[in-house]
Amino acid sequence: MRPLSSFGLRAALAAFVFLLAVPASLAQQPIKVGIVTFLSGPAAGPFGIPARNAAELTAELLNAGTVPAPYTQKGFGGTPIELVIIDEAGGPQKQVAEYRNLVPRVDIVIGYISSGDCLAIAPVAEEQKKLTVLFDCGTPRIFEDASYKHVFRTGPTGTMDNVSVALYLVERTPNVKSIAGLNQNYAWGQDSWADFENAMKTLKPGIEVKTSQMPKLFAGQFGAEITTLLGSGAEVIHSSMWGGDLEGLVLQGAPRGLFEKHKVVLSAGEPAINRLGTRIPDGTILGARGPFGPFAPDTDLARWLKTTYQDRYHVPPNYASFKMTQAILGVKAAYEKAKGNGKEAPDQDKIIAALENLTFQGPGGPVKMALGKGHQAIMDAAVGTTKVEGGELKIVDIARYSAAKVNPPDGVKSEAWIKSGLKK
Amino acid sequence: MSLPMSSILPIAFDGIAYASWLFLISAGLTLIYGVMHILNVAHGSLYALGAYAACSLAGAWLGGGLPAAGSFAMLLLAAILVGSLVGPLIERGLLQWMYGKDEVVLVLITYAVFLIMEDVIKLVWGVDSLLLPEPYALPGTFQLGGLLYPVYNVLLIALALATGLAVAWALYRTRQGKVLLAVIHDREMSMAMGINVSRVYLATFAVGATLAALGGAFTAPTIAVTPGIGVEVIVLAFAVVVIGGLGSLGGAALGALLVGLVRSATVHYWPEAELFSIYAVMAMVLIARPKGLFAAQEARKI
Repeated sequence: MRPLSSFGLRAALAAFVFLLAVPASLAQQPIKVGIVTFLSGPAAGPFGIPARNAAELTAELLNAGTVPAPYTQKGFGGTPIELVIIDEAGGPQKQVAEYRNLVPRVDIVIGYISSGDCLAIAPVAEEQKKLTVLFDCGTPRIFEDASYKHVFRTGPTGTMDNVSVALYLVERTPNVKSIAGLNQNYAWGQDSWADFENAMKTLKPGIEVKTSQMPKLFAGQFGAEITTLLGSGAEVIHSSMWGGDLEGLVLQGAPRGLFEKHKVVLSAGEPAINRLGTRIPDGTILGARGPFGPFAPDTDLARWLKTTYQDRYHVPPNYASFKMTQAILGVKAAYEKAKGNGKEAPDQDKIIAALENLTFQGPGGPVKMALGKGHQAIMDAAVGTTKVEGGELKIVDIARYSAAKVNPPDGVKSEAWIKSGLKK
Repeated sequence: MSLPMSSILPIAFDGIAYASWLFLISAGLTLIYGVMHILNVAHGSLYALGAYAACSLAGAWLGGGLPAAGSFAMLLLAAILVGSLVGPLIERGLLQWMYGKDEVVLVLITYAVFLIMEDVIKLVWGVDSLLLPEPYALPGTFQLGGLLYPVYNVLLIALALATGLAVAWALYRTRQGKVLLAVIHDREMSMAMGINVSRVYLATFAVGATLAALGGAFTAPTIAVTPGIGVEVIVLAFAVVVIGGLGSLGGAALGALLVGLVRSATVHYWPEAELFSIYAVMAMVLIARPKGLFAAQEARKI
């Protein structure tokens, strides 16, 4: 038998090392994260797809280890993550069935844009004992009407949006005497209007409510509603509309002078910036459901998300993108806190314990899991005003409100807190 | 309570404008039902297809720097293209094999077509909304009751009137229209008399599809064209044709006017009830006339 040449020896050694390495890599199973977001239907364009894009981008860059501090460790605690993405469309009943199918396939679920879906999923998540992180839906009722061990929400509630726009409005127009509303006729629109109306009544006792228009969700046409608002004599018009309804309102209302005759407040208007641009008239008060998108503080994390997202998708990330990335980073922070310096993957109970009352850095700034017994996030709020300058839409006169100022204390329901005079 | 003129005029105008839109989307639906006895759920996606095609064609026209007024012709062209291409494709490719089956089966088949077309729209145009505001803003605004209104709404009312009159003229004043009425009245007898019913069905479906697409194309400049607009429209269109009496063009016109005016007044005076106003009209009409306002007379066959 001929002795092996030095090249042959090196090749044999390399093959041996490779064979040893294979079982090791196979042993490192990825952490499967179920992502639920609208991939079809009217909410897909403004929210669902930007959220999915952010999830894919964040997962990929976390696995590559290129996310800024404090998230430089690859994946979750060094283990890569793998996404299983499903469509949120179809309504709460369908989503409950989809959720039950998803649970055995994943380690963690992050999802849900619709408040109706969140309300339906939360008790099922508890029953299935699966860590489920709600990333976007706004209704405060999830943790105000129930208590959960396995359910968290890493984004702020709609209460914060409407209290902050009310504060912003009263600071800038202290003599405001009348308001009117145009909101979609379902949980989101009704709750948003109730919070805004109550906050305004608290901040400006005696304020007159001229009319509250509640057109059907996705009605698209608002001719009669705009006529009524124009004739109402209200100084301020509040709308929490989103998606095609919001774009339709701006397209139909602007030529009729709705934005000139009234101060218009769009509490969830930020996603429309990229779509409508300068068609949103000057002087419109705009919220982004938190300090997201153009309201994000200038941090490494915010710059990283804005740059990488813009480079890949050629549009800026909107609040849905920010909130999805925030949810993934929140779970990563809890996972790594639970893992500590150990080598073993933490079990679900340890991750849950770590996420409760956690404070972590998101692309929108610090996030405190402060409400709902440590399961509901609060954040600072930001509100601004649109201004067209040099053919571009800008957000100016941005005001920030501390999380404590625009959220109720833990254990107090939002409605009661607002009606009590926003007292701490 | 007497209402000030400043309120009545805007409410009436809003109602008539909304009714015109409703009539545009309902006319084709009632025509197809009248002739073919098909409750065409795919009408909603033909409407959506008209809107998307209008955005693409008129968008390309305006993007090319061509005269803005020409965008109106593009809206019309989009409707004709959708109607004359997709309408016959559905009728020849699928529906013609299903005639004679139960009406419920045909509803399910057109529902399947609706779902397929919704996905085709997403495949072609994606899930982001499309905007085409230029034709809406181009004709400017006018004052009514102290409020600003877009002239485009007047154009929509004129279009609905012209469409209604053209369809009525074609039905009652032309030979082809009389052939169509004969088929509506008695399909078997018409076949026995040598009328090519298959061709009549093809033409009817194509015209119905064009009317649906026309509604979508001329609505596109007023809204954000998003996935799902067809679902919203089909429910409204069904309500209008049921109120008017299935298969009746005049019924669709009166149904649309009733719904439009009641909705407009509700939005103004009792906004909480807006969601139910259309169904309240439908319930009241059906209590008084279970087959709608102008239900077609059915010949008793011996």
